[in-house]
Amino acid sequence: MTTTTITLSDLNKLLENVLELKGVTIEGDIEIEFEGGGGGQELLQAVGYEIAQIAARLNNVAGMMGGPAGQVPYMQPMTLPSPIQSRIPQELIPASFDVDPVSEWKHGIEEVVLGATSSDGGTRKTTVTLGGEHALPFYFDAPMPNPNYVSIDVFDMPIGMARAVRMNYEDVLESPAEWAKKVVSKFGADMVTIHLISTDPSIKDTSASDAAKVVEDVLQAVDVPLIIGGSGNPDKDPEVLEKAAEAAEGERCLIASANLNMDYQRIAAAAKEYGHAILSWTQLEINAQKELNRKLMKQCGIERCDIVMDPTTAALGYGLDYAYSNIERIRLAGLIGDQELNFPMSSGTTNAWGARESWMAVSPLKEDSDWGPREYRGPIWEITTGLALALAGVDLFMMMHPTSVQVLKSVTDMLRGGDGGADAATDVSDWVGMMIEG
Amino acid sequence: MKINSPLQAYEYLPKTNCGDCGEPTCMAFASHLIDRSMKAEECPPLLGEEYNDNYNTLADLLAPEIREVVIGTGDHAITIGGDDVLYRHKLTFFNKTAFAYDVWDTMSEEELVKRVNDIQNYKKFYIGEFLTLDAVAIRCTSGDADQFAQTTAKVMETTELPLLLCSLDPEVLGAGLAVAADRKPLIYAATTENWRDVAELALTHNVPVALSAPNDPDALKSLALTFASAGITDLVLDPGTFPTDGLRDSFENFLKIRRAGIDGQTDIAYPLMAVPMTVWERSDGISAAYWESVLASIFTVRYGDIMIMHSIEPYSLLPELHIRDTVYTDPRKPVMVDAGVFEVGSPDRKSPVFITANFALTYYTVESDLASNDIDCYLGVVDTDGIGVEAAVAGGQLNAAKIKDMFDSAGFDVQEKTDHGAVILPGLAARLQGDVEDETGLTVMIGPPDSGQIPRWMESKWES
Ligand code: SF4
Repeated sequence: MTTTTITLSDLNKLLENVLELKGVTIEGDIEIEFEGGGGGQELLQAVGYEIAQIAARLNNVAGMMGGPAGQVPYMQPMTLPSPIQSRIPQELIPASFDVDPVSEWKHGIEEVVLGATSSDGGTRKTTVTLGGEHALPFYFDAPMPNPNYVSIDVFDMPIGMARAVRMNYEDVLESPAEWAKKVVSKFGADMVTIHLISTDPSIKDTSASDAAKVVEDVLQAVDVPLIIGGSGNPDKDPEVLEKAAEAAEGERCLIASANLNMDYQRIAAAAKEYGHAILSWTQLEINAQKELNRKLMKQCGIERCDIVMDPTTAALGYGLDYAYSNIERIRLAGLIGDQELNFPMSSGTTNAWGARESWMAVSPLKEDSDWGPREYRGPIWEITTGLALALAGVDLFMMMHPTSVQVLKSVTDMLRGGDGGADAATDVSDWVGMMIEG
Repeated sequence: MKINSPLQAYEYLPKTNCGDCGEPTCMAFASHLIDRSMKAEECPPLLGEEYNDNYNTLADLLAPEIREVVIGTGDHAITIGGDDVLYRHKLTFFNKTAFAYDVWDTMSEEELVKRVNDIQNYKKFYIGEFLTLDAVAIRCTSGDADQFAQTTAKVMETTELPLLLCSLDPEVLGAGLAVAADRKPLIYAATTENWRDVAELALTHNVPVALSAPNDPDALKSLALTFASAGITDLVLDPGTFPTDGLRDSFENFLKIRRAGIDGQTDIAYPLMAVPMTVWERSDGISAAYWESVLASIFTVRYGDIMIMHSIEPYSLLPELHIRDTVYTDPRKPVMVDAGVFEVGSPDRKSPVFITANFALTYYTVESDLASNDIDCYLGVVDTDGIGVEAAVAGGQLNAAKIKDMFDSAGFDVQEKTDHGAVILPGLAARLQGDVEDETGLTVMIGPPDSGQIPRWMESKWES
């Protein structure tokens, strides 16, 4: 017995041909199956005109062949007002939609805990846990176990910054400890990054031991986990970070950072000895990131649970496309099992303030439309830069503007399924007809 | 695309290596088909009668997974959809997300014309081109079909940008189409309530149509199947954009529908629409505008092919246009430009000599700042492995030796070519000043941190 499953229009076409043929023999029963299951008279009526034609033809064919005429009920074609309407089904074709989770994402991203409470020999009141994902950020394939966290930047001396940022810190620029308190109590920072930039020989050449005192002050001032950053001077940083790591012994800080262009072994050794995690920083190059992570593990003996990566953040409009894809590639590689890349990631989102759109009063290009007030451009630049990278795979954000911090935390919470602090459900059904004030 | 290697495409080509396509061989042409930089139509012999079957098969095999839909006509028409991958680094995304901004039919005529002009005239210069907005979405807030038709006519008189006609009332949409059908607008939207009437409008006027089923992918698929069975395949799917509490569900719907489409579920492989402006239902002012840009960013990154926004403030448009450019820039384009000394304008012996990095973005930014402000000068571009100035100074890819090398290899002797014998370092490379002086023996000046400030810097630090 032959059972054929074909679509309605195929069948119609087929039968059209059949009617033109002579001497054709059909053996076996003809069975029509409809997508969506069911069958029977009701459905036939529902599907309408086309099926009516088919039924008529089938009946004819069956009759011609001397087969069981009447097996398919004969139906009058419906009376239809216009050819266009006749093409539209009478009822919606039922459907159910689903898609499979990604099967290759079998491997988890490492979890890294920052901050040590008294039970772990530290003095922090809170800790943060980064990573642990088994899917791209906010994807339905697997739950995202930990939220995104924000660390706000604090500097060990007053530095130049965009006016919109500076406004928030005017009163604390001279005191890293006060600055740190403010970002935690007022601006909701989960962590504080203390940048020891004054240690750069071309800035103030502050000694490593003086810098370590600043770290102690900040540890005293706040009880959240700390990120300790150098000045970015590859010659001075190893010494500075070593002293700072020692001063913060047992607090499980994140030491920022180790880079291939410097004596990363010395920094790694200090992090290990004094119980900190280490930030593995490379510049937009996935293979360099693999190499550095490998060296940290194999050469320096850093544990997997002590590595966070910073694959470099370029600002929106200034290379974010490279940063985005680099980070997305790293995360995807980790998920499918690259053991040299499956670590949580951090972003220097503050780099967004380097984009001229975030701080310049007017466009330097006369061809541009008006750029509008800069105090509104800056925070959204920082938000957009961070948000794109949150979607690509960044777990931890180093940021500066309080509004940016608040919005980024809120939106990433909503993407994880939280309410992001929103007070009520929103009815979106009538956006087409809504009146907007102002 | 159903095939992924040039060899598979080559099978269907004439294999004569005639060169009419501009490529030396059929194989070379085949690789362009696979990376989608050329189309099958560009092989003239393939269009001949004898290759008819080959052409048809090949065109089928090469068709993108996500259907392309065209909105509008002529030069301003926009194509949306057409993607073949889920991640831009796997190939590139095609047809950047179309940005439509709203007007409504209860605006005064004066307001309406001004807003439409603001939308169509907006531009932001970026790496050699202008970033602009794409379309006008006309919302029916009056509930009155005639008023909607009049507004539509006024908008058409003011702009040639493609239109989106937005109302859930088929009568209103019909009135709009009566004036605008020739412009091939997208009609928004067919729902599980009005779908039969809207389908009739789409068939009668042959226009693309958006299907809307807020947070109900089953219903969305059902609508898509039903429309396709009626022969309407210029479809855009709106799975609903819930701005806050439902954001996770909306995000999930976009991910699932696009994944299904790329994986071969053709029933639902259509362009997706996001509506960030739903946020104006719950708040207003700067907070709504910020949140709207946030939603626009999310759905530009994850699979929105067209979206409707409300705020046209610069602080909304600038980030929205730039995140779109970020996502849709072809990742296969080179990161670096050639190193060397380049002339901007017509420099002479008194002209300044600037130094910058060979990261393509940095180079184009500096170059356009100089050119746009009519500054005649020399621009020394150092090979920093395609890394920007600040990062290259930190990472050691920009240093004194590399700068000297650059001038030497270009055969450009600053002492000889200029009267001043000075070079100008970017402000972000200020810490290299001493090293560069020692290494080159030249006078080293420190420019501003951002090349956009060069005109002001020139006034105070140069000519004087
Ligand atoms: S035009 Fe066609 S036949 Fe000629 S070389 Fe190109 S691909 Fe081959």
